[in-house]
Amino acid sequence: MKLPVNLSAKLLFLILPAAVLIGCQSTGTKPGESAAIEDKSSAANGATTSAAGDAGAFRGDALDDPAGVLSKRIVYFALDSSEVTQDDRATVSAHARYLTGNPTAAVTLEGHADERGSREYNLALGERRGNAVRQLMLAEGAATKQIQVVSYGEEKPVATGHDEASWHQNRRVEISYTSRK
Amino acid sequence: MLKKRFLPLCAPALWVALWLPLGGAHAALTIEITEGVPGALPIAVVPFGAEGQGAPPDDIGAIVAAARHRSGRVAPLAEQDLLARPHEGREVNFRDWRVLGVEGLAVGKVRATGAGQYTVQFQLFNVFQATQLAGYTIPTTNADLRRTAHQISDIIYEKLTGEPGAFNTRIAYVTAAGKAPTQTYSLQVADADGHNPRTILNSKQPLLSPAWSPDGTRLAYVSFENKRAQIYIQEIATGKRELIASYPGLNGAPAWSPDGTRIALTLSKDGNPEIYVLSLAAKTLQRLTSNPAIDTEPVWSPDGSTLVFTSDRGGRPQLYRMSASGSGEASRITFAGDYNARGVFSPDGKQLAMVHGTGGQYRIALLELQTGALRVLSDRTLDESPSFAPNGAMIIYATNENNRGTLAAVSVDGRVHNRLVLQEGDVREAVWSPFGRRIMLHPDPKP
Repeated sequence: MKLPVNLSAKLLFLILPAAVLIGCQSTGTKPGESAAIEDKSSAANGATTSAAGDAGAFRGDALDDPAGVLSKRIVYFALDSSEVTQDDRATVSAHARYLTGNPTAAVTLEGHADERGSREYNLALGERRGNAVRQLMLAEGAATKQIQVVSYGEEKPVATGHDEASWHQNRRVEISYTSRK
Repeated sequence: MLKKRFLPLCAPALWVALWLPLGGAHAALTIEITEGVPGALPIAVVPFGAEGQGAPPDDIGAIVAAARHRSGRVAPLAEQDLLARPHEGREVNFRDWRVLGVEGLAVGKVRATGAGQYTVQFQLFNVFQATQLAGYTIPTTNADLRRTAHQISDIIYEKLTGEPGAFNTRIAYVTAAGKAPTQTYSLQVADADGHNPRTILNSKQPLLSPAWSPDGTRLAYVSFENKRAQIYIQEIATGKRELIASYPGLNGAPAWSPDGTRIALTLSKDGNPEIYVLSLAAKTLQRLTSNPAIDTEPVWSPDGSTLVFTSDRGGRPQLYRMSASGSGEASRITFAGDYNARGVFSPDGKQLAMVHGTGGQYRIALLELQTGALRVLSDRTLDESPSFAPNGAMIIYATNENNRGTLAAVSVDGRVHNRLVLQEGDVREAVWSPFGRRIMLHPDPKP
């Protein structure tokens, strides 16, 4: 179940920047619409970018694009691990670049753990996971004031089963926007 | 599952019979013996007689018999098997009781002395020697009747086993009801037999890690009510509370020092979870650990000299011990299994109970500190949060059954297993109180 989600996220990550570049080249820019994903080179050039212009492209804030990489707001972890997988790094990078491009945007990173083991250790583990995502975002240029980490440990599971399928879904960091731009 | 081969006296019908006389007192938690001890001491507890105007609301004999039963150490006869109903020593014919094979006999009566006022008289006999082991007259009130019964249970337990009883105690625990995201949580305090549950805090956000103050008047706990983990201390009687730790990052795992003046806790304000000690009067913080790993779940040895805590500085979570003054290096004390966390000292300081994980199974284990021997006491797969009874005889812990959080208790020898079932929702994070307030006893009738 995990693989197709990550795979599609990865594919979107590859496809979307191309769509943005295509959008940049088009002449019909619409005011008030920003790029699906901030492209540093065009931003540095002061270009007003837009995702519009191509049939089927999403109009509006990239955060609202249901097919965009930014729609993925959950990062998953292995048991007792806080290492962000290669697949999820793409998601984290995309959000980091959104934060970099929108300095008034802000996120809370909610760290969670599965139910196994002690509650307080899991509280610490959830924080470590949140911090792992935070470090990656900072490395990509997000500012410290844009990122809050809060851990709920094992207290807020999304899946309530007592098996690996549920535990996998619960070992997570949720990226939650508290301010957009 | 009841294992009849272990405890023939412990049939389910008996359990119901013991509880039904309690009338209006509905327990949120009911306790079932799931496995008892072969060779538990057979005794008889005769339902207490009533004298004077106004019957007492609780059947003291039934409460006492149930308590005795729960300990697993003493096995009371079923009420329907009692051949006689004496209420005081001179009515006892010891031969009757020898025939039944009971070794101890408890009798008593409750005399109404005024509105809500009672005098409880109680005697305990050695049946084979036809001697009185204890006799007391206890003035009490409506509100204190259960406490009186628990205190009588303690006396019987101590006289028959030579160890103090822990019936006059309470447990604090957390309940969770409803489905996410509208779950509600509450912190409750009940008698150790599950009766008289009182909610001391309701919250829409998670609660965890309740910890009794050594004098049994306050609870420290972690609350997410402000959307992150913070530590409060609440007076149980008044509900008055104080936010004691609200630093950036985690505020968790509060543990009272044995003298009640300090709280050891986990804070991540300096980057990652470390153990600190907060002085409650001066509000000063002392940092005890300094390690890039997770350090959490501190617990004080009963003499206050050392702290044990959980750390994954060696790769996986294990228990470590260090001086409570923060001097010297921490040393690892658990080596069996791939996960050991949430250590808690036995009241005599000689053992540590913990969550012990091996092969994906998380169980309660007991470590003998002197020898390093580790014994696994529980038998399910998601057991956590062990807490000792103040007499050190039982450990209460949280587990999972039929997709619900439940509580269970196990004797430290691993032979007696009880289950504490909440009527609905999850129950977890149970902690056993220190010994409770005692009612004054008058030694009378004298042997």
